[in-house]
Amino acid sequence: MKEEIVIAGFGGQGVLSMGKILAYAGLMDGLEVSWMPSYGPEQRGGTANVTVILSDALISSPVLDTYDTAVILNQQSLDKFESRVKPGGTLIYDPYGIHRAPERADIRIVPVDAMEAAIEMKNSKTYNMILLGALLACRPVVELDAVIRGLKKTLPERHHHLIPLNEQALRKGMSLVEK
Amino acid sequence: MKGNEAIAHAAIRYGCDGYFGYPITPQSEVLETLADLMPWETTGMVVLQAESEVAAINMVYGGAATGKAVMTSSSSPGISLKQEGISYLAASELPALILNCMRGGPGLGTIQPSQSDYFQATKGGGHGDYHLIVLAPATVQEMADFVALGFDLAFKYRTPAMILADGIVGQMMEKVVLPPQRPRRTDDEIRAQCPWAATGKGSRPHRNVVTSLELDSAKMEVNNLRFQETYRRIAENEVRYEEHFTDDCDYLMVAFGSMARICLKAIEEARSQGIRIGLIRPVTLWPFPSARIAELAARVKGILVVELNAGQMIEDVKLAISTPEPTVHHFGRMGGIVPNPAEIIEAFHSHYPEAKQ
Repeated sequence: MKEEIVIAGFGGQGVLSMGKILAYAGLMDGLEVSWMPSYGPEQRGGTANVTVILSDALISSPVLDTYDTAVILNQQSLDKFESRVKPGGTLIYDPYGIHRAPERADIRIVPVDAMEAAIEMKNSKTYNMILLGALLACRPVVELDAVIRGLKKTLPERHHHLIPLNEQALRKGMSLVEK
Repeated sequence: MKGNEAIAHAAIRYGCDGYFGYPITPQSEVLETLADLMPWETTGMVVLQAESEVAAINMVYGGAATGKAVMTSSSSPGISLKQEGISYLAASELPALILNCMRGGPGLGTIQPSQSDYFQATKGGGHGDYHLIVLAPATVQEMADFVALGFDLAFKYRTPAMILADGIVGQMMEKVVLPPQRPRRTDDEIRAQCPWAATGKGSRPHRNVVTSLELDSAKMEVNNLRFQETYRRIAENEVRYEEHFTDDCDYLMVAFGSMARICLKAIEEARSQGIRIGLIRPVTLWPFPSARIAELAARVKGILVVELNAGQMIEDVKLAISTPEPTVHHFGRMGGIVPNPAEIIEAFHSHYPEAKQ
């Protein structure tokens, strides 16, 4: 098993932390993991992306040219990464703020109304967990339980009361894909 | 955890006595993590944000003179500022550990990953005839492991060691197994291990004086001959490298640090198409694995050196090979741009089109 994932969007949308939680979930499931962020001023706005690799064998390069799965949260990232999804791969995107929808016919394209769902949940911070849920529905690379354990590991204890809300958001994201 | 965080954890666990630094991207997590872990409350390790890089390296100089295990970290422009202090450390035969998490230069440059300080790290960096022991980590695990290795080698040979990392291995996260916590050495242990250190005269018949100044040229030449003898012993005993697919390779790639990993991915792709490329990754950049590269060169049709710079390590690769064959080419990106595996394969084919059969 080897899954090469890119998550890309605006800084502040939770791109890097979504990748981090996914990587920790992989760790919890006993996989080899690699998390390579863009670490520029993007964190304060502009586009940010992170490459997450989950594998049952040792990982060579943390830097990739093509991906099995892309999670795309803004137009710039769609323009940059649509062509870099491997044929047969998966592109998950939030149509919110996208004015040119993805066009490729040789990959699975999954629109997920995550922004809408986050507004429905009355908590914009659930946004990235909704998308992570959608990613896991499309590509069950780790167990939901491993994500929860990953959250426990990455969140400081004072935020552990938010884990049920995060789980709710993950399940919401999964249901958006199943529909 | 991140490579930079691993450095901080490993320093505490080694029993490091002091860290002196000044923040700069992409290595600020070293200082941040140390501040977060507050080792002064557990092991007694000093963590200090100095007023500048120059101050930090001189604090290292002072700490090292007393036999303490001390370190600093910075990124390219900050490391340039430290060069005077590093030269003094080398001339005073003091152990110390310096991390350079390289970013794109020259000048203030960019904050993105680079390997363009290879010359600076391996050829001296500051003034005078000296070398650092230079370790190039490719994984977060090696970031952690090379703290102990760097300190051990620095104390063994009484010379500063450098971990030459880059923004990729500093910023990326992966699995790491941290070493067990070691106690810091006691004052008595330091006196026993470092009889040269300025630890107070005590019962010694003479004072220990630590200085790089020697106005008598004849004595200064003797000092230099001693330094060179140390470098000769290091070169003889401490060469380290890693190889992949070199048993049956027709071509060879040479790359260090994170670039070696990107090359390995490119090589795996090429091998799936029947093109047999091998990889040697120098782990010590100084001393350089010249003898092994010469051995491998005798068996291959061509060599591609891949670096995040305009062509620096390639000079050492060419020096290692005394024959006109095989040809040695270079592929590099600069200024903080990191090539992906496909670009490396493309560069390989442009230099060696016959490899496609």
